[in-house]
Amino acid sequence: MQLSGLIITLIFTFISLFILALALPSARVNSRRSALSFLVPFSAFCVFAFATPSTEQVISLWESNSLPFNISFKYDGLAKLFSLLITGIGTLIFLYASAYMKNTKYTQRLLSFLLLFMGAMLGVVLSDNLLVLFLFWELTSISSFFLIGFKNEDDASQKSALQALSITGLGGLAMLGGFILIGEMAQTYSISQMLSHTDLILEHPWFVPALLLILLGAFTKSAQFPFHFWLPGAMKAPTPVSAYLHSATMVKAGVYLLARLNPIFSQSELWFILLTSFGGLTMLYAAFQSLYKTDMKAILAYTTVSALGVMVFLIGMGGEQAIVAVSLFILVHALYKAAFFMLAGTIDHETGTRDIRKLSGLGKSLPILFGIGMLAAWSNGGIPPSIGFVGKDLIYESTLNFQKFSYAPYILTAISWLTNSMLFAAGLLVGYLPFRKSSAPSHPDVHKPSLMLWLPPALLATMGIVFGVFPILVEGSIVNPVATAIAGVSIKTHLVLWHGFNTVLYISLATLSAGLILYLFFQKKTPNWVTVAEKYGPRQALHGIANSFISFSAWFTKTMQNGKLRLYLLVILSVLGSLLGYVVLRETTFVIDPQKLSEITIYEGITVGILITSIFLTLFSGSRLAAVAAMGVVGYTLCIIFVFYSAPDLAMTQFTIDTLTVILFVLVLYRLPRFIRLDFSPRHILDGVVAIGIGALMSIISLEVLHRSPVREISDFYAMNSYLLAKGKNVVNVILVDFRGADTLIEIVVLSIAAIGVYSLLKLRLRKNEKME
Amino acid sequence: MEILLAVTIGLLYAAGIFLILRRSMVRLIIGLILLGNGANLLIFLLGRISKGKPPIIPEDSKVFTDLYADPIPQALILTAIVISFGLQAYAIILVKRAYRVTKTDDLEEMITTDEL
Repeated sequence: MQLSGLIITLIFTFISLFILALALPSARVNSRRSALSFLVPFSAFCVFAFATPSTEQVISLWESNSLPFNISFKYDGLAKLFSLLITGIGTLIFLYASAYMKNTKYTQRLLSFLLLFMGAMLGVVLSDNLLVLFLFWELTSISSFFLIGFKNEDDASQKSALQALSITGLGGLAMLGGFILIGEMAQTYSISQMLSHTDLILEHPWFVPALLLILLGAFTKSAQFPFHFWLPGAMKAPTPVSAYLHSATMVKAGVYLLARLNPIFSQSELWFILLTSFGGLTMLYAAFQSLYKTDMKAILAYTTVSALGVMVFLIGMGGEQAIVAVSLFILVHALYKAAFFMLAGTIDHETGTRDIRKLSGLGKSLPILFGIGMLAAWSNGGIPPSIGFVGKDLIYESTLNFQKFSYAPYILTAISWLTNSMLFAAGLLVGYLPFRKSSAPSHPDVHKPSLMLWLPPALLATMGIVFGVFPILVEGSIVNPVATAIAGVSIKTHLVLWHGFNTVLYISLATLSAGLILYLFFQKKTPNWVTVAEKYGPRQALHGIANSFISFSAWFTKTMQNGKLRLYLLVILSVLGSLLGYVVLRETTFVIDPQKLSEITIYEGITVGILITSIFLTLFSGSRLAAVAAMGVVGYTLCIIFVFYSAPDLAMTQFTIDTLTVILFVLVLYRLPRFIRLDFSPRHILDGVVAIGIGALMSIISLEVLHRSPVREISDFYAMNSYLLAKGKNVVNVILVDFRGADTLIEIVVLSIAAIGVYSLLKLRLRKNEKME
Repeated sequence: MEILLAVTIGLLYAAGIFLILRRSMVRLIIGLILLGNGANLLIFLLGRISKGKPPIIPEDSKVFTDLYADPIPQALILTAIVISFGLQAYAIILVKRAYRVTKTDDLEEMITTDEL
């Protein structure tokens, strides 16, 4: 297929997905008709299936010269596999969901969020620009939030949705930081260009923080231990959503990112250590937890976490065999796990329960579902001739041939063996246990599911077997291109079902028998410590942090925002005072040059003496009238000082204004209460210290400024041009009414507003409820 | 003289701040006025003080022939005085109004807007 054809398809797909997502909830169509919108993902699937992936070609839609934000796409093997999963499984889920949600409210809303998610997820896997990828990534988190909280009246759904959003959102934020670091190191945000700057990134001092941040994003999204708990919580979503987002596609976004960046990071030792240890821990822990769950969806959720752990583990190991194994395993897992989920959904839909303790003997009443369950368990367990068998062989081959440290083959193989055995047992719990022959079937007369409730999982489960018998179908079209994209070098492998009798086969047999034993000895009673581990793990820590943050905010608001103006002022002034003090005391020279100062004459001394006395009178007078009068005296003495020092205009203004203020004050004063007489308190000392501190600072600042030589350029300009340009001899007046006339006009406006305010306050009549009689 | 004025500025600031930290609204306004005066004096002093040389061009000339006091601080202070009058007048009337509604001028008692 030509590149231009692919571009057109891409644009068409994105636009129609987003338009449909917006239009569906408001459209007046019934759910059966809106299900027809499955045609969009389906046609996209067909195009993706026939398009040839290319590792070099980058499809650029829009380039910016100034922003590192080029919208460009890349359709290589990895993108192809994920696009096919997204659109292919998406189509099936769409059909399934329309049948599953038939009689529920808001079916269209669900479908529209699914479409939104589909578009966003396609964006994640196709973007070549890291920042664009991030945008789509967050969009998947948001659509996942709405889908988990789909039953919006249910308290538990809301909680799970928030939990999932906060975990993936936090991870996303960290990841953005990592992206920016790595983008700055490589001087580009294009992934394909980064591949040619690998050495720049690897040797940069920011390499480790960037790696850790990106891993945090990938691990949270792909539910790695200890962030895994949001995924089982996400099972509150309707089952089609769980099948699609939380097993087949979205949770693999983290794995996708690791695979995508693997060519850059794989040479780093840290990458290997972190991925294998976290992946290994996750796969073991989650597989173990899954054995003790009784809700089918919970079992599937934990096995999904475990499978994600396997993928991370394999990517971390690196090497050709592990890469091929993970390429195939992504496909295998998507096929059987989506089938399992839809199976669980259908059983729930028909019988009303997903608890495996309450289900038995369904094989007789629901034979088709039994068949699907067995096929999926077949592929899950890796029993020949399923594709799962091929996948598992590859995993064992890669662990057996791993030579990075001594005993590595034994340790890694043992971990994989344990995990796979437990996963197999868990698969039997879902795919076989509810259908097992029973003397007392739980639901003998159960209603048969409609076509769309069993056909999609049946298709997926059958494909698992078909691909197993004919691995050639996926070898050239998917596995090799994917492995090439992950490894960064060309990989050509040949998949075969039967390798003959070798070590791998014996381990496979050991896996199956161990799984069977686990299944047979499966106890429905959960030991206490298993639940405790989940309860008091990171989930508790997250809740603890969230709760303590809430109580801290409550405390902080109560203390700091208590409505007491004085406290606000005190805090503001102290902060201001200390900052100012720090700067001033550091810069000040504390030199006073007597030469520059003028002498004190008697009349000056007396004036300032009066000024200081009246300040103290204002401060300490117990009578309101005396305080106001003293304040007036302060104003008048200032007025005299202005007269002394060549400022006649100021003196006149000050005199007028001061008189007016005092008169106004006295006029309203008799209506006000007397001063509250309070005893001397520590609060006075505190206020006094702050006040004196800031006052002293102001004195020091003014003396320091006086010590330095003045800048008079602007003053000289005004003085020179006052008459020449503005024909006025009083420079101050000319500045006010001519040079800065507009400012004065605005000042008049301000005064008018104040006057209007005063007038309306005076004239305002109190409403009845305001008169506190 | 400058030292004396600098000390006065400090005193005006200190008194103003101490008064705006009091509980009485009347004191709050007096404090604001003192702060304003302090700021004006600060600006004035920083423009350097000189006696008997107002920034007015002599009758018989078109430009200054002698030294003259800096006109810019004066223009600034003139504006500031007028503006602060607007503020003060509004604040005084507001206090009066608030007292009529709440029957208190204690700021500690006026901590919520809802409990009128």
